[in-house]
Amino acid sequence: MRVYGAVALRGFRRYATYRVATLAGVFTNSVFGFILAYTFIALWTMRPHLGGYDLPHAVTYVWLGQAMLATTAIMGGGFEADLIERIRTGDVAIDLYRPADLQMWWLAADLGRAGFHLLGRGVLPMAVGALAFPLAWPGRPLTWGYFLVSVALGAVVSYAIRYLIALAAFWLLDGSGLTVLAMLSGTFFSGMLLPLSVFPGRLGTVARALPWSSLLQVPADIFLGRRSGGAVAAGLAFQAGWALALLGAGRLVQAAATRKVVVQGG
Amino acid sequence: MADGLRAYALIVGMWVRSTMAYRFSFVMMAVGNFLATALDFAAIAIIFGHTRVLGGFSLPETAFLYGTSGCALGLADLVLGSMDQLGQRVRDGTLDTLLVRPVPVFAQAAADRFALRRLGRISQSVLVLAWSLTALKAAWTPVDVLLVPVMLVSGAAIFSAVFVTGAAFQFWATDAAEVQNSFTYGGNALTQYPPTVFAKDLLRGATFVVPLAFVNWLPALHILRRADPLGLPGWLDFCSPLVAAAACAAAGLAWRAGLRAYRSTGS
Repeated sequence: MRVYGAVALRGFRRYATYRVATLAGVFTNSVFGFILAYTFIALWTMRPHLGGYDLPHAVTYVWLGQAMLATTAIMGGGFEADLIERIRTGDVAIDLYRPADLQMWWLAADLGRAGFHLLGRGVLPMAVGALAFPLAWPGRPLTWGYFLVSVALGAVVSYAIRYLIALAAFWLLDGSGLTVLAMLSGTFFSGMLLPLSVFPGRLGTVARALPWSSLLQVPADIFLGRRSGGAVAAGLAFQAGWALALLGAGRLVQAAATRKVVVQGG
Repeated sequence: MADGLRAYALIVGMWVRSTMAYRFSFVMMAVGNFLATALDFAAIAIIFGHTRVLGGFSLPETAFLYGTSGCALGLADLVLGSMDQLGQRVRDGTLDTLLVRPVPVFAQAAADRFALRRLGRISQSVLVLAWSLTALKAAWTPVDVLLVPVMLVSGAAIFSAVFVTGAAFQFWATDAAEVQNSFTYGGNALTQYPPTVFAKDLLRGATFVVPLAFVNWLPALHILRRADPLGLPGWLDFCSPLVAAAACAAAGLAWRAGLRAYRSTGS
């Protein structure tokens, strides 16, 4: 177990090294936050209480989205490019004979990254948003706790999806097409463009049931108090269920992939 | 200049041939590029499912803004989009390779990793623009008709200037590639919505600091017969080409200054 802790710490420090890149990311998150916030204000001024949100809730939702974009890697980015490259070049063979589990190894590294991004790219955009707009903050300290648990579960679900995408490289060698597809689904079905509660009819029902809603919609609804009491537990259980199911699928695919792996050259 | 263009065309041709070696991957990426912006428009369509007007603009009017902004950015992105990788080259020292070749560095940096898949974004924007033109109930005068191609070309030139300025900035801040995303893709996200949606200060910034308002907002306000939320004089609606030329000149100076300031990492 200690080795995974060490890997997570290195994952955190790897991303913490690039301070200018982090600041650049914060700047970009803030710019997009402003643009989206104004469009949401225009929409919620026309339709107050749309999707069960008041105007301050809708604006807070925008800034939560910017704060969590990097943390739960909604548009992808993170370990999967490295892993795909290692599969393509055959370096993954070295990873496979290490005395550590491939899935757990990269999970630890990615959670380390997520931890840094929550602090480095989550706090500052949220502060910018709070300076410019009246935001809706959780009333009770316990809500903060539930929110953090939900963000952690969202990071695990996000990792499990991207792990599956990366493993596809064992068969496809070129992972770029699937990575793009995952980026699109992540952006649209996480609720990054619009809250999923605003999606019409069946599209909304389906979107809320897909794993991507764990990345932003569920944590945001807990933060905003739109989920409270039993609904918080249901939301966390939803995320944990997807996390287990997708990690399990990852194990199955990993088993199939490692049986098939042929190291080229040598 | 002619040398540079010839070199640019040669390098672009090389990258296109290399892309076509993996034809399936190329098709997937182009479709992905198309869908990425199509989902943006899906979000706008969902918004207009809940409200008839946004900031006083109807769906066809917003689609007109969306289409013109998307085409302008798409063209700039296709021609110069790879320039945002410049920081990477400065960081790992491969920029030196470009410097020793007998070809202008600008042409090489612009054509580097030329991505034909970006046609996906352009075709999606063209479709939305075409639909908006049929759905708009505007009284088209000959001047209005002429203004559409003028704003597309000027808009592409303004976005190109932003790409080049951002690349020049990376000579100093090699890790700050993401900052320019705020002005290119962020500028696109901004100008695809009606200007009336945004706060006055943001509009002033987008008019006088980074002249994104000239990409489509000001000419479109004239075509759609809308009042300018900033109350600027009406002749500014026709100034996009001048602003684009000035922006390109400024970007050229920034590029020169950046290239002069470049210090190789050495080894």
